[in-house]
Amino acid sequence: MSEFTLPVGPVHPAFKEPIQFKFKIEGEKIKSVDIDMGYNHRGIERAGMKRNPVQIIYLSERICGICSFSHPFSFSRAVENAVGIEVPERAHYIRTIIAELERLHSHLLWAGVAAHEIGFDTVLYLVWKNREKVMDICESITGNRVHYGVMMIGGVRRDLTEEHCQKLSKAMEYYNETLTAIEDVFLNEKTIKMRTQGIGILSKKDALALSAVGPTVRASGVPKDVRVDQPYAAYADMDVKPIVPEKANGDIFDRVWCRLVEVRQSIQIIDFCLQNIPKGDTLAEKNIVKLLADLSQAEGEGIGRHEAPRGECTHYVVLNKQPNPFTWKARAPTYNNVLPWVPMFKDAEIADIPIISASIDPCIACADRVTIVENNKTKTLNKIDLHKKSIEKSKRLKKCQ
Amino acid sequence: MQALKRAIWVFHLNTGGCNGCDIEILAALTPRYDLERFGIKLVGSPRHADVLLITGPVTRKMEERLKRVYAQTPDPKMVVVVGNCGSSKGVFHHHYNVVGPVDKFVPVDVYVPGCPPRPEAIIYGVAKAWIKLEKLKEEKK
Repeated sequence: MSEFTLPVGPVHPAFKEPIQFKFKIEGEKIKSVDIDMGYNHRGIERAGMKRNPVQIIYLSERICGICSFSHPFSFSRAVENAVGIEVPERAHYIRTIIAELERLHSHLLWAGVAAHEIGFDTVLYLVWKNREKVMDICESITGNRVHYGVMMIGGVRRDLTEEHCQKLSKAMEYYNETLTAIEDVFLNEKTIKMRTQGIGILSKKDALALSAVGPTVRASGVPKDVRVDQPYAAYADMDVKPIVPEKANGDIFDRVWCRLVEVRQSIQIIDFCLQNIPKGDTLAEKNIVKLLADLSQAEGEGIGRHEAPRGECTHYVVLNKQPNPFTWKARAPTYNNVLPWVPMFKDAEIADIPIISASIDPCIACADRVTIVENNKTKTLNKIDLHKKSIEKSKRLKKCQ
Repeated sequence: MQALKRAIWVFHLNTGGCNGCDIEILAALTPRYDLERFGIKLVGSPRHADVLLITGPVTRKMEERLKRVYAQTPDPKMVVVVGNCGSSKGVFHHHYNVVGPVDKFVPVDVYVPGCPPRPEAIIYGVAKAWIKLEKLKEEKK
């Protein structure tokens, strides 16, 4: 059978990083994949070197709208590490609470998108309806729904009031109840099992060799979690365990399972933080002018790591007695999870492209256009056709049962 | 034009933004805000769209794609820019790989400011574009 080349992308309307896949296919089977990146490159690191650290916090939130707390968190930790700023205990707890709220909303967002990719739109609306609750909480605590703007070098800019704590614990009760329904759908529904079990397999060996991070690597049976390996903030005070399935196959179902259990874990962490949050300051240095003056005299390098919803997020900073950092390097988790796509796509079907590419959580909501090129004849499949193909597969599998 | 009386279809294009506006657009479609009750629907191809929702500051590689998507959208069309960085490049102002803002390449009808704007603001922006489309239709008569 002749081989086709099948480019997907790069206009993926709700993609975090507009990406182009070039699939080599034989019939319905994918033989290999080539990934073309760089459509979303904005040169943020370079621009950051021309701004001062407090301005970079604002900029680093804009690296990604979904990890909008993870990047400033890692960056502040890197600067604090370089200069040796002691963060107040209360600020540690507030940071942890917001980081876990972000994990909650990100995983719920992903669950909805994944359900949409296999043609299960009812679940998309069910999950996104529940997700609005955590957005409300984020808004009442930080003032914003997406870019929170609470992070500051040496602490946080807003304190938690008694009212916030009550709202938070009520929201956690709400999630403890409503999550049962979502878990029931994802773990027991036949359609989801058929479309996710044994598909997009990433073996433990490949996961380690390609240095995958986050739920992608944990679903392959590697207990890798920065919150456990190098505890920081309030995670050091509690007993966090990496979520690894007992019998890890490394397929999409395991990744779904990992994320759902992590949502439960986040609720437990937030509950622990609310019970044990100490009183005191929330910022090491309240005067920003003095903070900037101190930082412009500082010298040294620092690394900040944080377990973002998608995996480890690392920032590296070099300060060189200048107002601006000498070097700033950010490594987002999706960057590590791009290469593991290659073994996942191998021998998969075309209808599985949407769910496999969504399974590492790169924020893909729609693949816009697929073009099949055969002997210079071009046949274009758009996102709707691809989605239709995916729905057809679900129906076909149901009939076979 | 007759179809506009009933519903408008929207195509959403990310030209290299941070995804913040994109998730707010999706949130506007889901049960809390429920854009679809007005007949506003997100479609997968620019060829089916009446309104283009554009986010992001336009990176060098996406410039060509933006122009192509605009050309593929049938007339009459409206362009709504969502977010600060699409309107004025915002925080990405002096970045070397950012060539925007959007109105440098395609004519823009409605700007929705905010980083990111709330779903209500996005719905308001799309409704404004809808009114403009209807007015266009009246003038043609």
